[in-house]
Order: sequence, then C-alpha cells, then structure tokens
Amino acid sequence: MTAPFDDTVTTRPPARAPDAAPRHLRQSEGPDGDERLRVAWAKPRRFGLLTEVNNTVVGVLYIATGFLFFLGAGVLALLMRVQLAVPGNTFLGAGTYNQLFTMHGTVMMFLCAVPIVEAVAVLLLPNMLGARDMPFPRLSAFGYWCYAFGGVLVFSSLFFGVAPDGGWFMYPPLSSSTYSPGLNTEFWILGLGFVEISAVAAAVELIVGILRTRAPGMTLGRMPIFAWYMLVTAGMIMIGMPMVIAADVLLELERAFGMPFYDATRGGDPVLWQHLFWLFGHPEVYIIFLPAAGMVSMILPTFTRTRLVGYAWVALAAISVGFLSFGLWVHHMYATGLPLLSLSFFSAASTAIAIPMGVQVFAWLATLWDGKPVLRVPLLFVLGFLIIFVIGGVTGVMVAAVPYDWQVHDSYFVVAHFHYVLIGGMVFPLFAALYYWSPLVTHRMLSERLGRWAFWLMFVGFNAAFLPMHFTGLRGMPRRVYTYAGDLGWNGLNLVSSVFSFVFAAGVLVVVYDFVRHLRTGAKAGHDPWNAPSLEWLSGLAPHGFRSLVPVTSRYPLWEQQELPGDIVAGRGYLPDAPTRERETLVSTPVGGVPEQILRLPGPGWTAFGAALATAVVFTAMTLRLAAVGVVAGVAATAAILSWLWSMDRALPREPADAGRGTVLPLYSAGSSSVGWWGMAVCLISDAAVVASFMFAYLFLWTARPALWPPAWAPLPGFIEPAAIAAATVGAWLLFELAERRNRRDHRLATALCLVASALFAGGALVMGWRWLDGAGLSATGHSYGAAVWLLLGYIALHLAMGIAMALWCLARLALGMIDSWRCLTLRICLLWWRFTVPAAVLTVALVAGFPHVVA
Amino acid sequence: MTRGRRRFTSWSVVLLAGCAGRQSALDPAGPAAASIHRLGVWMYVGATLVVLLVTVLAVMPFLRPRERPVNRRLFLWGGGVALPFLTLTALVPYVMTVGHGTRAATAPGRLSVDVTGSLYWWEMSYRRTDGAPSAISANELRLPAGEPVELFLRANDVIHSFWVPSLAGKTDMIPGRVNRMVIQGDRPGIYRGQCAEYCGRQHAHMAFDVIVMPRAEFDAWLARLARPVREPATPQLRAGRELFVDLGCGACHAVRGLTEGRRGPDLTQVGARRSIGAGTLPGDVGNIAGWIASAQHLKPGNAMPSYDQLAGPQLRALAAYLESLR
Repeated sequence: MTAPFDDTVTTRPPARAPDAAPRHLRQSEGPDGDERLRVAWAKPRRFGLLTEVNNTVVGVLYIATGFLFFLGAGVLALLMRVQLAVPGNTFLGAGTYNQLFTMHGTVMMFLCAVPIVEAVAVLLLPNMLGARDMPFPRLSAFGYWCYAFGGVLVFSSLFFGVAPDGGWFMYPPLSSSTYSPGLNTEFWILGLGFVEISAVAAAVELIVGILRTRAPGMTLGRMPIFAWYMLVTAGMIMIGMPMVIAADVLLELERAFGMPFYDATRGGDPVLWQHLFWLFGHPEVYIIFLPAAGMVSMILPTFTRTRLVGYAWVALAAISVGFLSFGLWVHHMYATGLPLLSLSFFSAASTAIAIPMGVQVFAWLATLWDGKPVLRVPLLFVLGFLIIFVIGGVTGVMVAAVPYDWQVHDSYFVVAHFHYVLIGGMVFPLFAALYYWSPLVTHRMLSERLGRWAFWLMFVGFNAAFLPMHFTGLRGMPRRVYTYAGDLGWNGLNLVSSVFSFVFAAGVLVVVYDFVRHLRTGAKAGHDPWNAPSLEWLSGLAPHGFRSLVPVTSRYPLWEQQELPGDIVAGRGYLPDAPTRERETLVSTPVGGVPEQILRLPGPGWTAFGAALATAVVFTAMTLRLAAVGVVAGVAATAAILSWLWSMDRALPREPADAGRGTVLPLYSAGSSSVGWWGMAVCLISDAAVVASFMFAYLFLWTARPALWPPAWAPLPGFIEPAAIAAATVGAWLLFELAERRNRRDHRLATALCLVASALFAGGALVMGWRWLDGAGLSATGHSYGAAVWLLLGYIALHLAMGIAMALWCLARLALGMIDSWRCLTLRICLLWWRFTVPAAVLTVALVAGFPHVVA
Repeated sequence: MTRGRRRFTSWSVVLLAGCAGRQSALDPAGPAAASIHRLGVWMYVGATLVVLLVTVLAVMPFLRPRERPVNRRLFLWGGGVALPFLTLTALVPYVMTVGHGTRAATAPGRLSVDVTGSLYWWEMSYRRTDGAPSAISANELRLPAGEPVELFLRANDVIHSFWVPSLAGKTDMIPGRVNRMVIQGDRPGIYRGQCAEYCGRQHAHMAFDVIVMPRAEFDAWLARLARPVREPATPQLRAGRELFVDLGCGACHAVRGLTEGRRGPDLTQVGARRSIGAGTLPGDVGNIAGWIASAQHLKPGNAMPSYDQLAGPQLRALAAYLESLR
C-alpha cells in the first residue's frame, strides 16, 4: 500500500522557477513580506464581528453561539427534572412540558451538538492543516449567520408559548396540520431547514478544506487524526442532512399545500417519515460522536507524550463507522411492526458497529498504556468520556437486540442510554477540548483547580442522575410523560435523577465561571502551553495564522521537525508574502499534499451577513405567513446571493506568482483542480441524496400500499411524452457541452449560440413536462401517488430552471468579457450541474413513466 | 436453612421487591416478558464485565507507570476486534431466538382482541367465536390466564404504542396499518399498560389496566360484557340514566342497550373499571362525578368537555348511574 498511511512517502518536488527573466509576481521573505501579510489579513476596523469572514473569528462566534444554546437547552432540562421530581407535580402544565422536551432535544441536537462540532473544526482545522483559512470563507460566515438567525428564530418561539411540541423527531400524523394546526410545528420545520442548510454549508467547506488546502507535504497519512474524523463527519452530513431536509420538505408540502405523503387516509404512510428521519437521525449520532472522538484522539497524545497507537486503525474505524451508520436506521423502528427477518438483519448490522467502536476505544487505551500520562484537566475529561461512553455503548448493544428493544424502546432506559452516548460521547470531550484549546484563542490558561471541581461535579452528577433512569425505564416509565402516578415504584428513582441533574448543572456552571474569570485573570499561556505535537499551536491563531507555510514531513511536526518553528517565523516557508496583496492560501493535491495553486481568498465584507439576514427574514415571513414581507425579503435575498455569485470567478493576474521557496504557482485554475469545482461536486453529492430520498419516497409508498398504489383511476403514463422530455433534457446538456468546447477556442459567437439553444431546449423540456402532467389530470392533493409524481418531476423541473438560469448567467458574463478560454471556471461549474441533472432527470422520468407499467 | 442462605434469600426478596410492580419489565408475568428479561440478565452481566475491564484499563496507567512499550497487537486485535466480535457472535444468535412468540401464529379458536388507540384512550373489542358481534370495552384489557391471545393493533388518529411491560414488549399502533402481536399472562393479577409513543398533550394519561383471570371467570365476564345493561333499580339511578340520554352523552359513549356512540370510551362496564380517564384517576363514584364536572381540568386537551353546569344532585345521580354499570 502506498499512499495514505505511509509515512515514508516524500513530496514530489514542486516545479522550480525558471532562472531567466521569470514573468511572475514576485514576493519577499523579508520584513516587508510580513508587513504585507498583516495588511492583507487585517481585521476590519468597524463591525468586525459582522463582516469578518476569517475562520478564527467565525469559528469563535460559532462555538460561542452553540454553547449558549447548550446552556439554554440545559435550563429546559432542569425545569423538566423539577417537574418530574415528584409524582403528580403541577410545576409545569402538559402543554409547557411538551414544548420543553421537544425544544430540549431539538436545540441540543440541531442547534448545539452538530453546529459546535463543525464550529470546532472551522476554528481549528485550517490551522491544524497548515492553511490560513477555509477555502470558502464567505460560505462559512453565511452558514454561521444562517444558523444564528435560524437558531434564534426556533428558540424564541418558547418565549411566545408557540414552541414546537411534537417531540424532536416530529412524527406525523401528530405533526400534521390536522393534529398540530398551530405555528409550533412551522417553527420547527422552517427554523431547522435553515440550520440544516448551514450544516451542509459547513460540511462542503470542511471536505474541500481537508482535501485541498493542506500544508505542503502533508499527505493524507500525515493529516492530524482529527482531519480524518472531520472528513468522515462532513461526508456523512452531506449525505444524511439532505434526507431530513427531504423529509421536512414533504411535511411542509403536506401541511401547506395538502400533498398527502404521510396521511394514511389519502394513500400516504406515516412510516415514510420515520424511514427518512432515521436515515438521517442515526448517522446524526455518529456525526456528533466522530468529531468528539477526533478531539480525544488529538488530546491523548499530548498528555501521554506518545504517538496515537494505531493511527491507521483509528482512521479506518472512523470510515467504517461512517459507512455502517447508514445501515442502522431501522433500529429506531423495531416496534413499528416490521417483519422479523428484516429486523434480524438490522439487529446484526447494529451490533456490528461495536467492532470499529471497540477498535477506537482500545486504541485510546493502548495510547494511555504506551505513554506516561499526565493527569491534567483535559485528560481527566477524556477519562470521564471513556467510561461514560463505554456504558452508553454497551446499553447500545442491548437496544440493538430486537426483543430487548421492544421492552425498553421509548422508555426511560433509552433516555438514559442516549444521554450516556451523547453526554459521554460529545459533551465530555467538548469540555476536554475547551480546556485544551482555549489557550490558543484567549492566550490564557483555564484553572486547573476549578477544572477538577467541574469535572467531578459533572461526572458524579451525570452518573447519579442518569444511571437510575435505566431502572426507571425497565420499571415501565415511558419517556415524554409530563407526570406519573405515585404508586408505580418510580418516585425514588425520579427524585434522585432530579437532584443530581442539578449537581451536573453545577459542574457546568463552574466551567462557565472559570471561563469568564480566565479571560481577565487567567495565567498567561505561551504559544504552546501543553507542548503539543500539531501545527495549530504554531499559528498563534492570528488572522493570517502562519508567518509562512513550511513543508510537513511528519504526523507530529512539532515533536519531530525541530527546525519547523524557526522556519515558519523566519518566513522560510511558502507564501511568506502576499503576492496579490490580498488574502491567500495554498491549494495542494488531495492525496500527496503537493502545492499546485495559490488561492486568493475573499476578505471582510457584508456579503455573507447580508445574504443570511435577508434569507432569515424570508424564512421568518414564511413561518408567520407574512406574504408581503416574504416577497420583499425574497427579492432582497436573491439579489444578495446573485451579487455574491457575480463577484466570484474574479479577474486575476494571468501570470503565475512566486509562492516562496523558489516555487511558482498559478493563481487561477478553471478545471477539476480548482476548489470551486470541488465545492460544486460535493454539493451535487448532497443533491443526489435529495433526489434519492424523493425516489425512495415514491417507491416506499408503493410498497406500503401495494393494493392502492398506483390508484386504479390514475391513467398509466404514456411513453412518447416522457421520451421527448428526456430527449430535450439531454439536448440541453449536449449543447452546454458544446458551448464549453467552443469557448475553449474563444469562439464567442458559437458559444453564445450554444448557450441560447441549451436554454431553449431546457425550456422546451419544462413546457412539455408541464403539459404532460397537467394533461394526465393527476391531482397532487387527492392521493399520495399524484403527490409523489408531482414532487419528483417538480424537483427535476427546478433543476432545469436552474440550468436555464445558468445558461443566461454564462451568456451575460460572456457578453461582458468575463468568460473566455482562460477564465472559464463559471462555465465549467455550470457544466457540472448539467452533468448531474441529466442522469437525475432521465432516471426520474423513467421511474415515473415506467414504474406504473411494471407494477400494473 | 443456614444463616448465609437465609441472608441471601432475604436479600433477593429485597431486590425482587425493588423490581416488582404492575408495570415493570423486571417482574415478568408472561412468557414474552420472561424470555426478554432472561436475555436482559445475560446482557447486564456481560455489559458490567466490559465496563469494568475498560475502567481498569483506563485507570491502571496512572497507578503504575510502565517502562515497556504497549503490546499494540493485544490491544487492537484482542480488545478492539476479538472482544466485540466474539461477544456479539455469541449474543446475536441467542437474541434471534428470543421473543418470536409475540409474532407466532395462535391456534384457531383462541381469543382475538382488536385494540384501537385514540387520542388518549383505548378501545378493546373482543372477537366472538360464535359469530356474534364483538364485545366492546375500553381502557381495560382482560385476558384468560395462561393462554396466548392475539391482538390486532390500530390507531384512529396519530401513532400510539401498546405496551404492557409485565407481559411483553411494545408494538406501535400506526394509522393506516394493522399490527399484530400475541400476548400471554401466566399469573392471574392486575397489570398496567401505557402508551409508549408520544401522541400529544395528554400522552402521560393514556394508560389501561390488564386483568389476567382464570378462564372460567373470563368467560363469565365476557358474556356479561356482551349483554345489554340492566334496568336501573332506584329512582336516583333512573334519573341518572335520563340525564345521560338528555345531555347527549350517547353521541360519544356507548352503553350496551342504551346508546351507541363510538367516539369516546364504551361505558357498559365503566363502574367495574379500576380507573377513570384512561388511568387519570382511580375509579370510584366520587371520581366519576369529578371527571364529568371537570374533565378538562383533570386532563386538559382530552376530547371530553367539562360538564360544570350540572347541579349537585344531577351530578350525583349521573355518577351513581355510571358507577352502577358493571
């Protein structure tokens, strides 16, 4: 095996600058280079928090916001524990209690756990990887602001008494407009749609960042293990989140327009929601856990003074957890009456995940045994994590056993189980990370003494609150009950849980106090207070991070490359200057980490904040059914996003630039080596997951209602119209291909004509599709069959419309001279869209036109 | 009995008492719950050993610093791969043999009950083998002891879940679907079931009693359930019946031989039930009166309006009439 895990792979020597009269932008290693870097990366003087897009600012804001939501949702939990302390309590009413538990779960999962783990990656990864920023800084800022606005929208509903109250997994038909007519569910759907979009945005950023903006010489096998974990996590988000977005879209279509996907009285099936939700919901647990495991794997070597035992094992374990997690969703549905045979399959698959989990746990244990562990606060939290998480793991094996789950499912046993997994698997590592990485941001140390107090309060409080819940559940207490009778043997157990939940909270409070205190009076930390092995400790986490980017030849560069700090500070690495006088970072090859381009990055600006704000107003207006405001804000949001898009693919110097160390690199790349192309490709993977989810919905509804599906009154589709639609779509794509070919030779007129023709073909496909559906007399609201057909074809129509918009977009830029044979990234990216749309459209049309004939 | 054994026995009594309860999976009263409990005990033992092993391994390096490098192969292959693999290889086949009874076919002639979940109450409809219409009751399931009984589970509105921990695991009740499960109570006695799938505002108050009784008693009870109610014996009861009809209670509630409403619980034997409001209050005449007068206060959001306009004597008559239905 050569590449990823082989330490001996050396970097290919980058192209050397020719000696004679080079035509490229020069740069300087000297003090003026440093000065120009500082100017390029200077933070904006005013409104810095709103306009700065650098990861060191956005990451901190992101984490702080997530932590506030953590505290808020924690308070909700304490209120619930007060209510449940004694039987028949009247502290909270049923309606309030139901809002509280729904919001506790929703906020913890969507507004705290996922954003925080992504935020830690946004803050730390570029510095760990030896880059100066994420590849799309404005996208991360946009994602952050979407999340902040969406989160506040969802959370504020509590204060108006209209918070979601259908449970965090919102099962229809309880969440349908019949049984939840109020705004409560709207807040959940729209607010979370917003948050999910921001999660996907951060994931695109992380994938491209990890694969394309690593330090020179950092092969995949030399990446810090955290990068492996985040790569898997981001990949899972890209595939998992679209499924729940798809489920949300169907729910909102049913609520707002009466399309009956989940309504059993009109051919829908509530179980469809459960499949789509848990197809996301189960990976979600690992989306939260894997980054935390990555943090643990970074912290352990520092405090044991040894390399992580089994780096390749751990990376492979993370990857296999990522894959397996998508095969387990049914273990949330054991009680729905599925056939025993399929349950057995999912039961075996569910327990199989114990193996990669076991590998990780024993790799960590072996690391402890291999080194000389120093018990500082971060390591203490890691130990707490290990013990609590393993308890959550073994109860996880129990609930994966089908018959056992029939007893404990939806009881307090499960409540105990997933709190062990999530608090053990995520909260404890996160507090370890807080104590470990805070000095990097605040340049001060948190208190060792207070940290120990916090740990023991949290550890004892947590176990004493949640261990009894296993028994409460086995003794028959279902979850999500706002009160209980006093004669069922649950009183003592509940009282203990309630009391110790406050002990746990006290521990969190100590951390909050310590954090606030340390900002002013904490001991000053040097640049590397723990003597850690990874690159982020050399960045000082300044806006421009590294003075220069030095080749990495080891997985633990700070331990094993003695000359590294000196070289970085002396500017002897790559990019010791800002040749374009703007923010830049290196793009390197995905596997070998060979530098191949200088990426010019956007600096501070209102684009991301403005676009997010306008989008937030759109979502709020939709939630509150304020049509006029929605239209105005919709126009504003579209304008903001279009102007943002217009500013991309900028005019850049065509000559290559001096990247330092005698290397000359291009500033622009239009093909598959550019980060923009990669970003689009990753987004299309998500889009494919949405298309697949919709197709799954169509096919699932047929299997759920084979007798009624497709309904006898629905005419069988013909073959001529769908064939014509598919042909027009393929034609539109081929013409776009042709346009791109013509453009390579700068045949501007031919390019323009091909673009126009492509748009016309796509428009033709749209018109034919509309006439076909309309002519078939298929109602979207009468029966789930019509709804599913409209959904599938509607989504493809959206793609064709986007294709038309892209053709016009390219046409405009072509006319303004912003596209030519050299500067053609926009055209290539739009082509990528078509290359995805055509197979998606052909498959969809074939399914809709052919499937009814197959089953009829 | 030696002293040690006596001590052991008394301890196990304490432990068992700790687990006992009419809604406890740790105190099984039927074959399904018992086999799941046995599986559970094996898993508790295994889980405890694994947690102890990891805890010891995590703490030891701090107690006794080591000089030799760690045996990586032992940790990764032994702990990471072999330990979970062997444990699960033993566990999974065992798991697959447990609990199939709840899906098994029952012999012809056995009792079948249609159970329907509605927003915060249950309807139990006993199929008659002699071709007579099903006998309907609510919020209470009666079973002949020691016999497998087939349940057909449906939902009227949103998803509910049928769970009697003492007898078996839970099965969801999903609109548009019919789920089937087999349940059996071996020990005559009174158990409690509760909705296990969150179903809205009063999910906490959606419980029912399960009464396991000897076959002969069960047959007699079922025959009684199917018969129309007796004529009221006293003037107060007659007044109560008149009120029941005049107030329109029959639009929602059936009383065999008197009214036929199906939107709310069947009241043919309401006086014999152990609870009122699907487990909200113990069943007695005072609580019946309280429920009629202030159902919305006691269980806010349930479908029964509060009849707080009734005068005291009226309320007492109505409650007395209902309490007499057994």
